[in-house]
Amino acid sequence: MASGLHDSTVTNPVLRWIDQRMPVITMMQKEYGSFPTPRNFNYFWNFGALAMINLLIMIATGIFLAMNYTPHTSLAFDSVERIMRDVNYGWLIRYVHMNGASMFFIVVLVHVWRGMYYGSYKTPRELLWILGVVIFLLMMATAFMGYVLPWGQMSFWGATVITNLFSAIPLVGNSIVTLLWGGFSVDNPTLNRFFSLHYLLPFVIAGVVFLHVAALHITGSNNPLGIEPKGPQDTLPFHPYYTIKDSVGVIVYLMVFAVLVFFMPNYLGHPDNYIPANPLSTPAHIVPEWYFLPFYAILRAVPDKLMGVLAMFGSIAILFVLPWLDSSPVRSMRFRPIAKWLFLLWTVNFFVLMWAGGKPAEGHYILIARLATAYYFAYFLVLLPLLSKIERPLPLPESIARPVLRGGGPLPGAATAQPMEKA
Amino acid sequence: MADTLAPSSSPPVEGGAHAPADGTKRDFLKLVAGSFAAVGVGAIVWPFIASMNPAKDVLALASTDVDLTHVAEGQAVTVMWRGKPVFVRHRTAKEIEEAQAVPLSDLRDPQTDQSRVLREPWLIVVGVCTHLGCVPLGQKSTDPRGDYGGWFCPCHGSHYDTAGRIRRGPAPLNLAVPEYEFRSDTQVRIG
Repeated sequence: MASGLHDSTVTNPVLRWIDQRMPVITMMQKEYGSFPTPRNFNYFWNFGALAMINLLIMIATGIFLAMNYTPHTSLAFDSVERIMRDVNYGWLIRYVHMNGASMFFIVVLVHVWRGMYYGSYKTPRELLWILGVVIFLLMMATAFMGYVLPWGQMSFWGATVITNLFSAIPLVGNSIVTLLWGGFSVDNPTLNRFFSLHYLLPFVIAGVVFLHVAALHITGSNNPLGIEPKGPQDTLPFHPYYTIKDSVGVIVYLMVFAVLVFFMPNYLGHPDNYIPANPLSTPAHIVPEWYFLPFYAILRAVPDKLMGVLAMFGSIAILFVLPWLDSSPVRSMRFRPIAKWLFLLWTVNFFVLMWAGGKPAEGHYILIARLATAYYFAYFLVLLPLLSKIERPLPLPESIARPVLRGGGPLPGAATAQPMEKA
Repeated sequence: MADTLAPSSSPPVEGGAHAPADGTKRDFLKLVAGSFAAVGVGAIVWPFIASMNPAKDVLALASTDVDLTHVAEGQAVTVMWRGKPVFVRHRTAKEIEEAQAVPLSDLRDPQTDQSRVLREPWLIVVGVCTHLGCVPLGQKSTDPRGDYGGWFCPCHGSHYDTAGRIRRGPAPLNLAVPEYEFRSDTQVRIG
């Protein structure tokens, strides 16, 4: 072995030559082949891989859409219609991209929910969690700017309303909005920069995803029991066990995706966005895309402009400090008899907010949105810190292997958890 | 979950009674799975590649009508067809004669003048030099027309004659003759 070369175990001479100089194959084998992974994952642990695949789908379809899209106020709407009617398979690529955004939020919301239910944000995975929240914020910005690009009525008025949120900032608010617009209203400069940023941000997301995964591979994955693996009897090699389990999830995910794309491509969209943008006429009932509705409801629930904007941004920002608001050492809600139910209530409450966000801001809808907003924040700011002190958790299992092999008996020998021979 | 432990408690595959059968079964499974994956990837890639081919609106613009009424003898017009210039030249009797008189042995890309013209006196060729795609000069009477009275490409010095054939310079082929038809005596549809 010449000095300075990596000690590779790859047998193929060409791959070995590469691996000795740049051990990517060794790294992939370590991180995705033999990587020790808790043996007790349920299907909620599919959603990270699904999100990764979804990001790739969005980037691939987006690159091909950009080949036919024109970011100019007088041409954008027509260029999207041309994609739908004239470009070969343009309808397919656009519908995949459009519904891919919804699928991305479904997948990521489940992924976040999984993290909250099983306490994946707790030490030592705080930074992993924070990077995840950063990805979520970047996704929201990307999705918002993408929705502006077709330059329909909802694009235009959505862009107007969301950018105007920044006008709530005291003193400099209006200057910031002018800066965002590049003018005195949402217009061509706004569309141009949104297109530029909409193309850029997915690659920033990919970068943060890399950091997210890098951090994950230091701490290792959490698991449904929320206890750390104590040895090889508690883990399985990632391949083939979880590559196969993820593949099952991918197939189900693609089936749902295909149903959306082929049978109800516009179900999650809004028909008003097929009307070209008109700066002189606001549609009667403005609603954001479904994945923004809970946060939109929080915005409207607060009767003060600045406080409403702060509450909306705060509803996501609060996730950054979740690891410190919840100081209970028990991760999984399975062993937290009170927090479990309060969190499930929080989940229902999230859907209530989503529902309220889609209703007009009047009458009892406002009252419901206010109550739901109050519970959203109370869960984080009052209930979790309080429960961390007073809740008495259920006894934790001795190890992951124990409850997996229910019925007592001696711990299975380490041999049972050895990686099976690969055929 | 106990199922997942089964393989390790069963006899090792190599030593089992069904060892050869298992081997071929695994090969078969790999082949089938690989084929399915290949078909799947192909099916996914196809629409993406297809989307880069000309769209319907581009194909719809694939023919161009030209009115020849106002092109006097000795004059030429340039029309756009599929994003490229097409030279339509009303040749003089002298030019036609010159073009027809050239022996095929003098030509790099031997073609008779008759084979390049549908109806005299009209010569219709794609105005793109066959060397590297520049537009040759010679459409205006003030343009240099090269040593053979046709067109001259300023990029790398290709000379074309009055039938648009390459006579000197680096270009390998004659100026291309597009597909066209006369709709009437004064109407041509190119494409």
